[in-house]
Amino acid sequence: MSDDPLLRVSSVSKSYGQRVGCADVSFDLWPGEVLAVVGESGSGKTTLLNCLSTRLMPSAGSVDYRMRDGSWRDLYRMSEAERRLLMRTDWGFVHQNPADGLRMTVSAGANVGERLMAIGDRHYGNIRAAATDWLGRVEIAEDRVDDEPRAFSGGMRQRLQIARNLVTGPRLVFMDEPTGGLDVSVQARLLDLLRGLVADLGLAAIVVTHDLAVARLLSQRMMVMKDGRVIETGLTDRVLDDPRAPYTQLLVSSILQV
Amino acid sequence: MATPLVVSNVSKSFTMHLRGGVRLAVVEGVSFALTAGECAVLGGPSGVGKSSILKMLYGNYAVDEGQIIVEHDGRLVDLATASPRAVMAVRRDTIGYVSQFLRTVPRVAALDVVAEPLTARGQDRLAARDRAAEMLARLNLPERLWQLPPATFSGGEQQRVNIARGFITDHPVLLLDEPTASLDAANRQVVIDMISGKKEAGVALLGIFHDQDVREAVADTIIDVTAFAPGKAAA
Repeated sequence: MSDDPLLRVSSVSKSYGQRVGCADVSFDLWPGEVLAVVGESGSGKTTLLNCLSTRLMPSAGSVDYRMRDGSWRDLYRMSEAERRLLMRTDWGFVHQNPADGLRMTVSAGANVGERLMAIGDRHYGNIRAAATDWLGRVEIAEDRVDDEPRAFSGGMRQRLQIARNLVTGPRLVFMDEPTGGLDVSVQARLLDLLRGLVADLGLAAIVVTHDLAVARLLSQRMMVMKDGRVIETGLTDRVLDDPRAPYTQLLVSSILQV
Repeated sequence: MATPLVVSNVSKSFTMHLRGGVRLAVVEGVSFALTAGECAVLGGPSGVGKSSILKMLYGNYAVDEGQIIVEHDGRLVDLATASPRAVMAVRRDTIGYVSQFLRTVPRVAALDVVAEPLTARGQDRLAARDRAAEMLARLNLPERLWQLPPATFSGGEQQRVNIARGFITDHPVLLLDEPTASLDAANRQVVIDMISGKKEAGVALLGIFHDQDVREAVADTIIDVTAFAPGKAAA
């Protein structure tokens, strides 16, 4: 574990006119750490994720990111071109709906290879080999490389989206409800895959989910949001086993036992 | 004598906000120290707060008051106030924990569940698996189960996977929450031998054992948890 954080979030707020999206959120994230952001619909989780990943500009606050060369950069003061490069190389973003993160009318292999081409890889053989390797790692059979994701099931599309994001070796991945809308059996497979990849690659990740079981399985740390504010934060198992805030207690006690 | 973990004046209560804010005091004034090479046992009837104490020591429960000082990586860390990141580091390298029940993860084989604490510390995966296989063999878990996820195992089989996972590392402090509860006599004896092995290696152990035979076989000191009942503490 490195001693320097990868991301420093200070007092990030986003309001939509009078309405609060998220308010005064601060935390540090270290390499190799998975942070789960939980809370019910409308609690500001996705707004926060979009602000952190610069898909949305916050109304106030700052986010500093430690670049590969060790220098710190304020994300909101970077040029658009620099931000785009960062998003294509050092970051990944896994959307809840794979169609938002994939190109549905090009082949699975091209979906993965495209990210490599975007960072300057030009050798067709290398790109195809890397794409096939990554499809294998997310358990998509080699004979599906030339198929379009339109022909894939929901679970396969989500795995393809993950391969597309991880092929460039990012250091930070944002995930918005990565298992939302999937069957539980498909969900289990995806979670196991994500757990393994995050551990093997030493990725840092911020995972937005309303599913506390997903948070328990994937994350070491957890942040509970309500009405745009962080109301409780700590080790994931501490927050789930000894919830302190009234709202966290309500969330935890609402889990159905199987 | 080295005391790698010192607990002083720890108290714990639960505030149930969904029950009108009822405050449930669990323990007060908990104070003791663990000695390297010895096994201390938390004694007292069910519901007196034994598991809560173990969970606070592992950072799983928050602490209301007091200090839990552990020697970690040549420094002293107060687990009562440590950051999540510091607690994670203490768990990885200093304090091991065998919980009462195994929390299973879908699709992960028993062998990998056991090897994980080693791979999490950066050890070679194959070597970690070999070590995990040794542990499972010692605990008499049939080899045909090693490659299967433990979700479908019996209670005793899951417990042995859990024990193997907890004992595989060389953590200087080891917490045991009823590790022998669902084991037969032969496997109980294996666990007793494993605890003796840890003591010889200088590990400080703290456990809860309802089984009197096991308790008598392993305990060097008994910590009477009823002395920490709320309202009873001297201070």
